Amino acid sequence: MTQTKKPRTPTRMVPAPSHGIIPERDLNSQPVLEARNLGIEFGGLHAVEDFNLIIGRTEIAGLIGPNGAGKTTVFNLLTKVYQPTMGTILLNGRDTAGMNTMQANKLGIARTFQNIRLFGNMSVEDNVRIGLHNQVRYGMFSGIFRLPAYYRGERQMHERALELLSIFDMQDLANHQAGSLPYGAQRRLEIVRALATNPSLLLLDEPAAGMNPHETEELMENIAKIRDKFHIAILLIEHDMNLVMGICEGICVLNYGRIIAKGTAEEIQNNPVVIEAYLGKKKEA
Amino acid sequence: MKKLSKKLTGNALTYLMVIVAFLLCELALSGTIEGFKMSRSLKGQLVPICVYIVMAVSLNLTVGISGELSLGHAGFMSVGAFSGIIASQWIASAFPGAELDLVRLLAALITGGIVAGIAGVLIGIPVLRLRGDYLAIVTLAFGEIIRNLINCVYFSLDGARLHFGFLNPSLPGTVFINGPMGATGVNKLASFEAGFLLVIFTLVVVLNLIGSRSGRAIMAIRDNRIAAESVGIHVTKYRMMAFVTSAALAGMAGALYGLNYSTVQAVKFKFDTSILVLVFVVLGGIGNIRGSIIAATLLTVLPEMLRQFGDYRMLIYAIVLILVMLATNNPTLRSAIDSLAARIRKRGSSAPKTTKEGDKA
Repeated sequence: MTQTKKPRTPTRMVPAPSHGIIPERDLNSQPVLEARNLGIEFGGLHAVEDFNLIIGRTEIAGLIGPNGAGKTTVFNLLTKVYQPTMGTILLNGRDTAGMNTMQANKLGIARTFQNIRLFGNMSVEDNVRIGLHNQVRYGMFSGIFRLPAYYRGERQMHERALELLSIFDMQDLANHQAGSLPYGAQRRLEIVRALATNPSLLLLDEPAAGMNPHETEELMENIAKIRDKFHIAILLIEHDMNLVMGICEGICVLNYGRIIAKGTAEEIQNNPVVIEAYLGKKKEA
Repeated sequence: MKKLSKKLTGNALTYLMVIVAFLLCELALSGTIEGFKMSRSLKGQLVPICVYIVMAVSLNLTVGISGELSLGHAGFMSVGAFSGIIASQWIASAFPGAELDLVRLLAALITGGIVAGIAGVLIGIPVLRLRGDYLAIVTLAFGEIIRNLINCVYFSLDGARLHFGFLNPSLPGTVFINGPMGATGVNKLASFEAGFLLVIFTLVVVLNLIGSRSGRAIMAIRDNRIAAESVGIHVTKYRMMAFVTSAALAGMAGALYGLNYSTVQAVKFKFDTSILVLVFVVLGGIGNIRGSIIAATLLTVLPEMLRQFGDYRMLIYAIVLILVMLATNNPTLRSAIDSLAARIRKRGSSAPKTTKEGDKA
């Protein structure tokens, strides 16, 4: 952790209206996500409690913490896989209470999964086309009777899919079976599929898991590139501290379902509570 | 990494196979070539073969493409059969003296499809809340309920007026659906050509659906429900779409089947028929449309071919089923077939490339 990469543009975090900090440049726009006192109980066990988080319009934020801290549970709450037992989630200013995963996605939240969930038997391009489901639309009858809308829609999907795949330089793999790709490529494809839904907030669950240092480096660049190109916010769970400290502007540390620290990479690295709970002591060289 | 072959050629092959088979049958029926003729019993099987192909392909949409095990497919067939008969008999009675055979057949098919589709929606609302085994059991129950219901239904025609009775045989006019006796005095309007056109229609619907946005959504839900939801796919809507399309096609098959016999009883569409169609689907390969067509054809013809074995007919039929199952699941045989197919494909890859098209065939 001695060689942490600094973000390319220096970020100053400023206090946000409620319980949080966001990058200064996002101050004037509505935050993408606001979680207030969020919590979920599984039969008496408080998996996540009193979770407050605010993410700026173009922020890259990190969610870290030891195993079992509740990081993926937070993702499942935000994407409405679980219904929270306490608190509110505001997505682009709209309360998501009572919504399901599909509706949350339509409001602008997309995610990848820790254990990859691709449509393994389908081609790479078809996976992206499924991501484009709500972006390029035509009806069932146009599809069955091959009306002009079908050809228009499919051509549009094909172009958009290749364009999205080109972010990760994967356009040549379009006709390959998704399940047969190498692990790293499958993770990248999941990101492309999530991006295809045109989100305003992208949740990445351990995007660098199983990648070698070189691939991780590339991924870091690509995450920043995605943010700059699509002007979206990204929240990622990651155990690779080089990646987290390198690109995350705001970092939130979770332990036993509670937030124990929030701040910039520097603040987190020097926070004694975080060092105690998760990071461990630095070896003096 | 495995590259997927383009599937458009696969679809074309399926259509080609059906059309060639149809032309060969027509040739044999016309008897222009000496010695190339069709036996009487096989002639009688032509319409049922078409019906069972449609049944198998439509069930494959539910079982293979949508991934729900449905055991009540014959229920939709019977709904289609009886509503189709009602439609065709009503037209005959309302416009006496007119030559309306084609209109009646078409009306029967459309009515059968629509009514079975509506039944599909009604059944789908409770059934699609369930998954896996539970769904299978409820669809099985539906098949039995519908059969018992039709056993108690009476319809009669008095000119253009249709009368309906439940558990009550005293109706004015001529009764043509007579409770447990079934539909009687039905005009045989079904023909092999109509069956062939219905098969083509079914293939167009199912194959094009699979290759479209809706079909991809259906398969996405089958492969990974959580991921499908996370990219904004309306799970209930697309499961329902597959279920209802499948039911409507089964209804059309039922209507054709009903119009192929002068009497039709609800008993014909019992649980055995649902299982029979499921056997076609499983044997042809779940999700494999072309396989369903071949399996439905062969397994409909097979019992007739085995007539010479007399009492042992069904025994041999069962043995053939088991042998085919064993052979198709044999890993050595499968890999041999796969490598052979790969070699053929490699040889054919110099041919011009087809357009991008992704679906299962």
